[in-house]
Amino acid sequence: MSLPAHLQKIKDEVEAVAKSVGLDFFETIFEMVDYDMMNEIASYGGFPSRYPHWRFGMSYESLSKGYRYGLQKIYELVINNDPCYAYLMDCNQTVDQKMVMAHVYGHSDFFKNNYWFSQTNRKMIDQLANHGTRVQRYMEKHGPDRVEEMIDAALSIEDLIDPYSVFSPKGADSIADDEGRIGKIQSKEYMDSFINPPEFMQAQKERLLEEQKKKETQFPQEPLRDVLLFLMNYAPLRDWERDVLSMIREESYYFAPQAQTKIMNEGWATFWHSKIMTEYCLKDAEIIDYADHHSGTVATQPGQLNPYKMGLDLFRDIEYRWDTGRFGEEYEACDDLTAKREWNRNLGQGLEKIFEVRKIHNDVTFIDTFLTEEFCREHKLFVFAYNEKKGRQEVASREFGKVKQQLLFQLTNTGRPFIFVEDANFGNRGELLLAHRHEGLDLDDGMAKKTLINIQRFWRRPVRLRSIRDGKEILYSFDGTEMAEEETDHKPQPEIFEELS
Amino acid sequence: MLRIDRDHSRFKKIVRGAIKENLREYIKNGEMIGRQGGRYVSIPVPSIELPRFKFGQPGSGGVGQGDGEEGEGVQAEAGDQPGQHILEVDVPLDDLAAILGEELGLPNIEPRGRMQIEDEHDRYTSIRRTGPESLRHFKRTYTAALKRQIASGTYNKRNPVIIPIREDQRYRSWKTIEEPESSAVIIYMMDVSGSMGDEQKEMVRLESFWIDTWLRTQYQNLETRFIVHDAVAHLVDRETFFHTRESGGTKISSAYDLCWRLIERDFAPEEWNIYPFHFSDGDNWGGGDTDVAVGLMKDRLLPVSNQFSYGQVKSLYGTGQFIKDLREKLPEEESLVLSEINSKDDIYGSIREFLGGGR
Repeated sequence: MSLPAHLQKIKDEVEAVAKSVGLDFFETIFEMVDYDMMNEIASYGGFPSRYPHWRFGMSYESLSKGYRYGLQKIYELVINNDPCYAYLMDCNQTVDQKMVMAHVYGHSDFFKNNYWFSQTNRKMIDQLANHGTRVQRYMEKHGPDRVEEMIDAALSIEDLIDPYSVFSPKGADSIADDEGRIGKIQSKEYMDSFINPPEFMQAQKERLLEEQKKKETQFPQEPLRDVLLFLMNYAPLRDWERDVLSMIREESYYFAPQAQTKIMNEGWATFWHSKIMTEYCLKDAEIIDYADHHSGTVATQPGQLNPYKMGLDLFRDIEYRWDTGRFGEEYEACDDLTAKREWNRNLGQGLEKIFEVRKIHNDVTFIDTFLTEEFCREHKLFVFAYNEKKGRQEVASREFGKVKQQLLFQLTNTGRPFIFVEDANFGNRGELLLAHRHEGLDLDDGMAKKTLINIQRFWRRPVRLRSIRDGKEILYSFDGTEMAEEETDHKPQPEIFEELS
Repeated sequence: MLRIDRDHSRFKKIVRGAIKENLREYIKNGEMIGRQGGRYVSIPVPSIELPRFKFGQPGSGGVGQGDGEEGEGVQAEAGDQPGQHILEVDVPLDDLAAILGEELGLPNIEPRGRMQIEDEHDRYTSIRRTGPESLRHFKRTYTAALKRQIASGTYNKRNPVIIPIREDQRYRSWKTIEEPESSAVIIYMMDVSGSMGDEQKEMVRLESFWIDTWLRTQYQNLETRFIVHDAVAHLVDRETFFHTRESGGTKISSAYDLCWRLIERDFAPEEWNIYPFHFSDGDNWGGGDTDVAVGLMKDRLLPVSNQFSYGQVKSLYGTGQFIKDLREKLPEEESLVLSEINSKDDIYGSIREFLGGGR
């Protein structure tokens, strides 16, 4: 349903303000829905005409239950699409609608301008409807159970994609720069034979050749992160099965930037709804309700991280720092605490800076670049860990380095393990070998086995997964009937992040 | 109809399958009993989640915000940490009973006793020529139109367009039928003497939950009564029933006697379907009480009951003699069902024994 007249007026007002403060968004269309529709649309991840699948019914179950018991309510739902679609719930107060609209323009600007979204399909609403139709057709032709089984298996590996691959030109990997690989250090010509001794270079070259030779017999030559693509290309699938896999993969790539920029995206939208509301659009009578709902949005529960608040505070911090000039070598090097506290260069570059930040960063680089020790202290961030003796989660440390490291770790690959296709002809028997790049945490054993079973469904030949469990290298194998696991003699060397100082 | 309805009902079907598959576990653990609210039970269903690669340790930690010294506990719900999320699904008690019935192969009960109340229902089973459009019967309307067109010769095989006119319209219609409403009472009796420990009572509690759930689907009106006994018997409420602990000896006859008096006073056998259930560790006092109890059962309780169920739970102290006595003394009684429950694993089978007769 389109907007009633009074909300249409508000929309025009908010949109004009959003434009005037510098936001640059897709045309944004608001739809009015009731709570049940809202729950339905939210269950489909914002796309009401997606393919049918029970997991959407599962989200619906929990969303509508949460709503019924008054535990949760969805205020806003916005779709990365051109035009951008946003849904408003009809039972909300007018001031809420106003706030949500301001928030939505923030998201819409972020979708349009953030680099990580630049490769997403902006006609995804249509595309997902196409997927829906295709799946429906396959269900009619091959029976709903078979198709559902296929979708289940595909969904269980939907995150085995390589979100960065969309930014690299095709085939970039294969153009190998020999010298670069050998590790030649740049030097003045007369120093070259000392810095890069010829014998060493020769030995390196030979080693490289050897490696390359070995690689030529190996497939894939380099470990691949996009397991879905690999299966699509090389697994013995029927056309419709391959198509289902490709649809799931396409949707994964579409949704990936949203997971990669959760903190930034929500922070940005919150930053702007706050600014637009408090500086332009709020009426006197609306202040109490606005304050109530805004504080609900940025509330923290003890021991939880709220991305809305984290993002908002960081953007405000950046704005402040670039307004006052609290960055750069001179500021860092200053060890006069009083001077630092009163530091103000009156640069006024804050706004410009945050617009730049929203353009180029994702959550990982955002935190890495802008989380400062002062911020960490002021906002009381801490690392918690499980204390087995007491059987509870405890504050483990408030040290800046540790907080940052933990935060980056859980944001990297959105907190999921890295899995690669390592060998498609393992043991020269056409078996598929996957490898888990171990970075300190073991895999969930039961889940790993079940997922492996699903992968075997695609590959048909036996599949294996190499990982590390309790400090020992382990090889899981599933041949289609039996799951086996064996510890290998190989001494694992987990890649551990260097401690950040 | 919402689009989501299809996915939602598919999901519920999957949940139903998962419950069925794990029914034995659910019966044993009884975790759902505490989650009972009115007509629904909330059941934790762990196996619905789609498998995916993820990290194992639940306590791998995270970043939080707020006050607290190092070493102080936090209520950290590790937001993005997978693996701790168990889905709870509301299942109507009727569905649960149906699952139980299917899985255990329980027969429906043919109620006896005088029909107490006549209840009226509407059933949409007939067809009329008039009615609201929302009840239009498409197929019947189509057939009527087809017949008329063929009869009047306006049907064209090459262009088989059927256009219904007013007289062709058919609508679904209802009939009011009267259904008898039958009543039943379950009288639970339990030995609470010193030898019955918490574990034994827990087994009784689990059994009674499933018995209630099943019988509730069989009778519109189901009452429950609770009797505890050691050497004397008392009528108590449900809460007290499961939490009383007495010491001292056991006189089973006291319970049977009270049960009989209760039936006489409140539940005339010609109007009620009567289900006495007795749980004990089988340790009865000597001094001829067993004979008295058997006599009460044979002459009074069995003739008025649909079925008398005796469940003997194993306890460390009991001799378990009573069930042997019953077997020996009342070998021919069809409406007496005996079951031995040695551990929680036996509850599943025991429920089947009790309810499998369809009485």
